[in-house]
Amino acid sequence: MTLPMIELRDVTRRYGDGPPALGDVSLTIAAGEAVAILGPSGSGKSTLLNLVAGLDRPSGGTVTVDGVRVDELGEAGSAMYRRAKIGMVFQFFNLLDDLTVADNVMLPAQLTGISRSTAQRRAMDVLGALRVDRHAAAYPGRLSGGERQRVAVARALVNRPALLLADEPTGALDSASGEDVKQLLRELHADGQTIIMVTHDLSLANSCATRTIQLVDGRVAVDTARESAR
Amino acid sequence: MSALSRVVRSGVGRRRVQTVVIGLVVMIAVSASVLGSTLLVASNAPFDRAFAQQNGAHLTAYFDLTKTTSDQLTASAQATGVAAATGPFRTASIHPVDDKDQPISPLTVVGRTAPDGAAVDAVTLTEGRWATGPGELVVVNDGRFPPHERAVGTVWRLSDLPGSPTLTIVGEARSISATADGWVVPEQIAALATSKADGGYQMLYRFAAADTAAQVDAGRVAVEAALPAGALTASRSWLTTREDGSGDTALFVPFLIAFGVLGLIMAVLIVGNVIAGAVSTGTRRIGILKALGFTPSQVVRAYLGQALIPALTGAVLGVILGNAIAIPVLTLTNDIYGTSDSGVAPWVDAGLLAAVLALVTATAWVAASRAGRLRTVDALAVGRTPKAGRGQWAARLTARIPLPRPVTLGMAHPFARPVRSAAIVAAIAFGAAAVTFSFGLAASLAEVQATASHGDVVIGTGRPTQGTPGGDPVKADREPSRPVVTPRSAQDTAAIVKAITTQAGTSGYCGVAQSEVTVAGFAGALQILGATGNSCSSGYRMASGSWFGKPGEIVVATPFLTATQTRVGDTVVLTDHGTQIAVRIVGEAFNDDHDGMQILTAAKTLATAEPELFYINVEHGTDPEAYAEALEPEIQQFDAYAMTENIGTPEIVLIINALTTVLSLMLATVAALGVLNMVVLETRERVHDLGIHKALGMAPRQTIAMVIASVSVAGLAGGAIGTPAGVLLQRTIVTEMGRGAGYHLPASILDVFGPVELVLFGLGGIVIAVLGALLPAGWAARTRTATALRTE
Repeated sequence: MTLPMIELRDVTRRYGDGPPALGDVSLTIAAGEAVAILGPSGSGKSTLLNLVAGLDRPSGGTVTVDGVRVDELGEAGSAMYRRAKIGMVFQFFNLLDDLTVADNVMLPAQLTGISRSTAQRRAMDVLGALRVDRHAAAYPGRLSGGERQRVAVARALVNRPALLLADEPTGALDSASGEDVKQLLRELHADGQTIIMVTHDLSLANSCATRTIQLVDGRVAVDTARESAR
Repeated sequence: MSALSRVVRSGVGRRRVQTVVIGLVVMIAVSASVLGSTLLVASNAPFDRAFAQQNGAHLTAYFDLTKTTSDQLTASAQATGVAAATGPFRTASIHPVDDKDQPISPLTVVGRTAPDGAAVDAVTLTEGRWATGPGELVVVNDGRFPPHERAVGTVWRLSDLPGSPTLTIVGEARSISATADGWVVPEQIAALATSKADGGYQMLYRFAAADTAAQVDAGRVAVEAALPAGALTASRSWLTTREDGSGDTALFVPFLIAFGVLGLIMAVLIVGNVIAGAVSTGTRRIGILKALGFTPSQVVRAYLGQALIPALTGAVLGVILGNAIAIPVLTLTNDIYGTSDSGVAPWVDAGLLAAVLALVTATAWVAASRAGRLRTVDALAVGRTPKAGRGQWAARLTARIPLPRPVTLGMAHPFARPVRSAAIVAAIAFGAAAVTFSFGLAASLAEVQATASHGDVVIGTGRPTQGTPGGDPVKADREPSRPVVTPRSAQDTAAIVKAITTQAGTSGYCGVAQSEVTVAGFAGALQILGATGNSCSSGYRMASGSWFGKPGEIVVATPFLTATQTRVGDTVVLTDHGTQIAVRIVGEAFNDDHDGMQILTAAKTLATAEPELFYINVEHGTDPEAYAEALEPEIQQFDAYAMTENIGTPEIVLIINALTTVLSLMLATVAALGVLNMVVLETRERVHDLGIHKALGMAPRQTIAMVIASVSVAGLAGGAIGTPAGVLLQRTIVTEMGRGAGYHLPASILDVFGPVELVLFGLGGIVIAVLGALLPAGWAARTRTATALRTE
């Protein structure tokens, strides 16, 4: 039996006195899986993603990713963790407008302390692989939505992370650009990349994910892996 | 509560950091302004203000008590042109000794029952109390007691009077008219007079017209005519006193004005920047308010309110703080100027409050109106981050600098907000200029002070007098006195020289003979020092020309050149003991002995030149105290003593240094607060970018490095501009101070900065910037990534 890459055990996240955003969630995700987290607004999708990314800490339970207890990391530790193991893609791309495409993609690599030339080589490789290398010297504001998301994916992959997290990756795109991103994610998964994506877009989940987890009111309502296990 | 009030209240409450920063910046800026304005007011015609405050005497007149009576003098108040008079007061001249029997300079004391309340010369009590009975003395506060020595409680003995009575100093007082060296109760005077004819009467007059010497003279003639012939023995015009006093105060006016102006400019700059920044960060919120139906005018009023609430609070606190700081500073300026300012003028407080609030209103109005005029959709779209495209060239350039990426990212930030960054550079430049100026001024004053020391050890004859400045009775003389000296024989001189040169640790010596000469074309006798030895130029700084090299050459100070209308290279004729000597002026030295009229030459220039004093420089590493003790037995047989030369730091230098430190610290704090405000705004504006960086793996230390780097550029630029400006200011002010005192200053007094110091002060701008950025940098590092990412 292969060890799970991600393991959440009895994870709860509360904000203030209200009901928990996540309540007693336990799940495991194996390496190479492409998981889509679905659910209505406020169901706890983004909270779950933030906990896995080490952007937030659970109120209870444990989060383990690739052997790292993410819930125990401090600010500096979680920064190192993200650099080493996580690539993130956001709905609104979150590219830095004052940096060129190449500089945006190089940034996570440079934060690890490697030289500019090495970071540049890596960035150009990944931009080339995602077919946006011709925009390397351009600023993000001049690209289309689909191109921007490709650049964002390139930035997420530049440190060759074990896990790619995508928060509504097609949410801000027109349908043509959305298709382009879906194709990209399929290709990455086919190459063995572990992916967790949070989405409202059922077509994205259906076309890219090997497993879907549906959250309702902070709890796992449907997990296709469990369904098939039964 | 109206919608507008609710918006204002929530705006103030939700942006607590910004609200506190606005309040704090305004508070410190207003404090600095209160202090700056107070200094400007205090430096405005200080003698005339002090004279008006004390109802100064236009004429201080002394009368022979054998030729006139008290009643006649009282009646002289009715003389033509006399507007008011006080007196008659009995006077006496006393020659006290201290508790070690060391002679104190003679004092003219006046019998007065009270310091103030007089129609003329309302003396200000600055320390202790007024004399209430015999045996008590109030001395004039003219710096005769060093700051570390308390005058009150000191007991002096009058050893020349029968029974050697004592006088205990019970208070210190200030008379701008310089009417006495001390005051006792009237019934004490008779006991202080050595004979019946000793002393006299003093009358103090104010005239209806006394603006010119002719008017004062006319008043004196009228008073004299009203009294028996020959009754008036001496008199002093207030114009003479003012001329004497202006030399000292003129030194300070440019210095204090410079600091006052610096404080005011910085306050305007920082407050304007803080308010404009605060409003501009609210652009998106303004868009939301407009979308909800707020009119542009309501938006402007809302943001005015948000700016004015903390600004008003800060301004009121600043006025209170400024007044609290100004009181000790005014004590210092009172000491300098002889004024009696008791606090900040109310119109200064009121004027500053009004000006600051007007500044805040105007700045907030302009920024809010601009935001209010934006189309709602544009205001919403502007968001927090700077417009894309701004500063991209800088980001591209800094990305190529071989430094850690967080540092190069931060270095590009200031270029996204060029106007705000320019204002911060200016604020840092002012702070760096203030600190540089402060250091330079202190170094210049230390160099001036060093010119008073001509050796480590001095050999004199007889018992040395300590400490207290000498001087003519009534007229204050702030020069340190030279030890009492008497001429000695050539044999004794040779023996002393031998003792000095054979003493271990001697580096060099200079024997000094004193004489008086007259200069052709100049009235009055001048002191001349004839020097012999191998280190006679020690302590003297040359303003031009060179030190004398042979007999017949002299070195003088600027006042001599000015008074005799000569220049370096000219020849003048001296008359020394009836012998005329033609001498050539070869150098101009900074030398304030005898008001700069002292002449320095080789001993052989003079007819009689046996040294009365020897100044000795000891070798490096030799303890002057031990050297003097070792030398003493060798010279005692010649009735000579050896002592270390301890010039001490004059009170006036201590005052300048204290003022400079306080003002520099305040200006540097205002600059650092300006930086703090900028970084708070920047961090708020960039919080989303910050979230992205952190999501990509930027560690807290890297975040701090990025924020610190973002202000370092401004700090470096501010330091690079401020340091030369500070040097220029120091040179200008010190030159003006020298000119005010009548001296052309040598380069060594002006050029006090070495290359290393200049670089260090240049980097001082970065220190100010980093200090201001530390707090918000920590805040940025602690910001939760998920929260930051949600902030659009």
